[in-house]
Amino acid sequence: MRGAHEGKIPTRNQPIRDFVSDRVAILMGMHLGAPSKPCVAKGDRVLMGQLIGEPVGPLGVAVHASVSGNVTAVEPIPYMTAEPMMCVSIRNDFKDEWVELNPLGNVETCDPALIVPAIKEAGICGMGGAAFPTHVKLTCREGATCDTIILNGVECDTHLTADHRLMLEEPARIVDGLRAAMRALDVKRGVIAIEDNKPEAIEAMSKAIEGRIGVEVAVLKTKYPQGCEKQLIKSITGREVPSGKLPVDVHTIMLNVATAHAIADAVIDGKPLVERITTVTGCVLEPGNLRMRVGTYLCDAIGECGGYSEYPGKIVCGGGMTGTCAPNHDVPTTKATNGIVVFNKPDSRSVEEGPCIRCGRCVEACPMGLNPYLIKHHCDMAKWDEAKKLNLLDCTLCGCCSYACPARRWLTASFKVAKANLAIAAERGKAQ
Amino acid sequence: MRLRLSTLPHIRSGETTTTLMLNVLIALVPCVIAGIYNFGWNAAMLMAVCMGTAILSEYLFQLIARRPVRVGDLSALVTGLILALNLPSSAPWWMAVVGSAFAIVIVKELFGGIGSNFMNPALTARAVLLASWPVMMTAYVSPTYWQQGVDAVSSATPLGGLSASYLDLFLGRIPGSIGEVSKVMILVGLVYLIISRTITWHIPVCMVGSAFLFSWIFGADPVAAILSGGLLFGAVFMATDYTTCPMTFKGQVMYAAGCGLIVAVIRAFGSYPEGVTYAILLMNIVTPLIDKYVRHRVYGHGKGEKHNG
Repeated sequence: MRGAHEGKIPTRNQPIRDFVSDRVAILMGMHLGAPSKPCVAKGDRVLMGQLIGEPVGPLGVAVHASVSGNVTAVEPIPYMTAEPMMCVSIRNDFKDEWVELNPLGNVETCDPALIVPAIKEAGICGMGGAAFPTHVKLTCREGATCDTIILNGVECDTHLTADHRLMLEEPARIVDGLRAAMRALDVKRGVIAIEDNKPEAIEAMSKAIEGRIGVEVAVLKTKYPQGCEKQLIKSITGREVPSGKLPVDVHTIMLNVATAHAIADAVIDGKPLVERITTVTGCVLEPGNLRMRVGTYLCDAIGECGGYSEYPGKIVCGGGMTGTCAPNHDVPTTKATNGIVVFNKPDSRSVEEGPCIRCGRCVEACPMGLNPYLIKHHCDMAKWDEAKKLNLLDCTLCGCCSYACPARRWLTASFKVAKANLAIAAERGKAQ
Repeated sequence: MRLRLSTLPHIRSGETTTTLMLNVLIALVPCVIAGIYNFGWNAAMLMAVCMGTAILSEYLFQLIARRPVRVGDLSALVTGLILALNLPSSAPWWMAVVGSAFAIVIVKELFGGIGSNFMNPALTARAVLLASWPVMMTAYVSPTYWQQGVDAVSSATPLGGLSASYLDLFLGRIPGSIGEVSKVMILVGLVYLIISRTITWHIPVCMVGSAFLFSWIFGADPVAAILSGGLLFGAVFMATDYTTCPMTFKGQVMYAAGCGLIVAVIRAFGSYPEGVTYAILLMNIVTPLIDKYVRHRVYGHGKGEKHNG
């Protein structure tokens, strides 16, 4: 799909800069899966990297303190979820005292069997947005095999340049992370996928892979949603993930470049995931790419970037196509916050839905080959089963159809509702 | 601070129904200019009456039916103007009123308004006028600057037996409907539509190509076939109507090929010299069938699941 790349430019050439706030609020539910259980109390002094949330359930992820200092509160705070979310707030003493770390050392020589446990201990989850626990991804279930690990450096969503800057400034660490994942699973092929609109990143990564075993850089055409898991697997391997299956069913595992960077930190230095790069852009005075501690408040990050340049109408965590709206600027970032985009009032206005004119733009835009106009027709009448018959469940909620629709129909929004309804119906069916 | 919450995506393309309709109107401007230049002020009057009636009847219908008033999307203006460009310049004003009101009220609004009609409103209105007043609807006039005889009120079109050179056909020095005679101006409109990404090349190129091919197979002069009558105008402005053409490019190619075939069949074997109107209307009716069977393969379903890396 053309046209969705316009907002990218302002932070492209902004080097990563460090920003440490005097307070952090670390959410217990930053990942997909059950929220972690806080294991510190108000008034405790915690060290950087100290475990503050114990993983719960099969998709649980450990949570660590991202600064050293005193715990000021352990209580639920309002978040983007329906219910307030448990959160550990810490006042930063700026001493950055680390807990004792257990590094494994060189990624090429360490014991491969220890890599996945190290990743689990470091509390790493997917940093491209979906926040799926990485140690679960790297544990192939019984009978499944993997022959290719793809690093997603496509960053196809609008506004975002965090991955781009990371590839430019710390390419060796990314390759280390990829090698660690490859060795852990004994995978022979690692591919770093980058869109052709990032020539500097392609150059940096190509230089970084020199002399490394089994690693290659793949240059892809710039088109949204090139970075969606299913589209990227098809582009790189020619394989299609069958409907309802996972990438590992076609022997492929995909990781974000930032996740690979975090894996390298965990293996080489033994450091848990406590900081990440986030692009802060849109209506802020000095847009930039910030390396921030997990749990930094949005308003602190926006303040670091000079504050609002216009009265904000909408603040999006993530990119312009697939980001999530923040209810206000007093919410913290998570391990998966790759961008903070501020929209002004005019750009945030609600659009009135017009009647479908059957122009076919949604049909040509859909990367999954669906008929969005027809599915929407059934969704409008709450006929979820009819929508399901039209393969609604294959919809990845990429937003292409809504973006393209000249009648401004709320296609993606309807599909989200329909999918939620079908999920509830499936739950009930299972219960009976 | 009050922030808006919404689902993704947070950005939209600049295209709206209104801008698309505006693009069609802009693309029609060369045809309008050529029409007025060729046929004089009666042509201008017909266009004004058609567009005025279309807007007014849509507004009144939506008001009476208590539907949201959507006159602002400009689609009624497009329908009115296309109908006017399909009339002979000698048509009386009341025919323009009847045709335009029929197109909007009966064909478009009664079926649910924009996007819900199953046939092209302007073309259906033209077919109705043709059936109701066949003599007046075919009383074609030669362009004013090219009138060779003293009395050039009504004459046969090239399809009706008049002989004309390719250049005459191309430049519009022939009798015919207001908008269809000047092929140059239609092509200018086509280029604008494609550059502004309002339509793609699939339908116009395939329809003209198919008419060329089948005319040649049926023994007619294929170059004259694509340059005469309303073929080019129909292929560019009427077969491409979003609502009544298929959704996928593959479906559009099939639909356009069908249009071209029917035009050639009607012209070669029918008793009626011109077939573009009926060809497009017939294929409009086939569109739902094409959309039902010609669909993209859904990712992850059926063939294409290669596992050989």
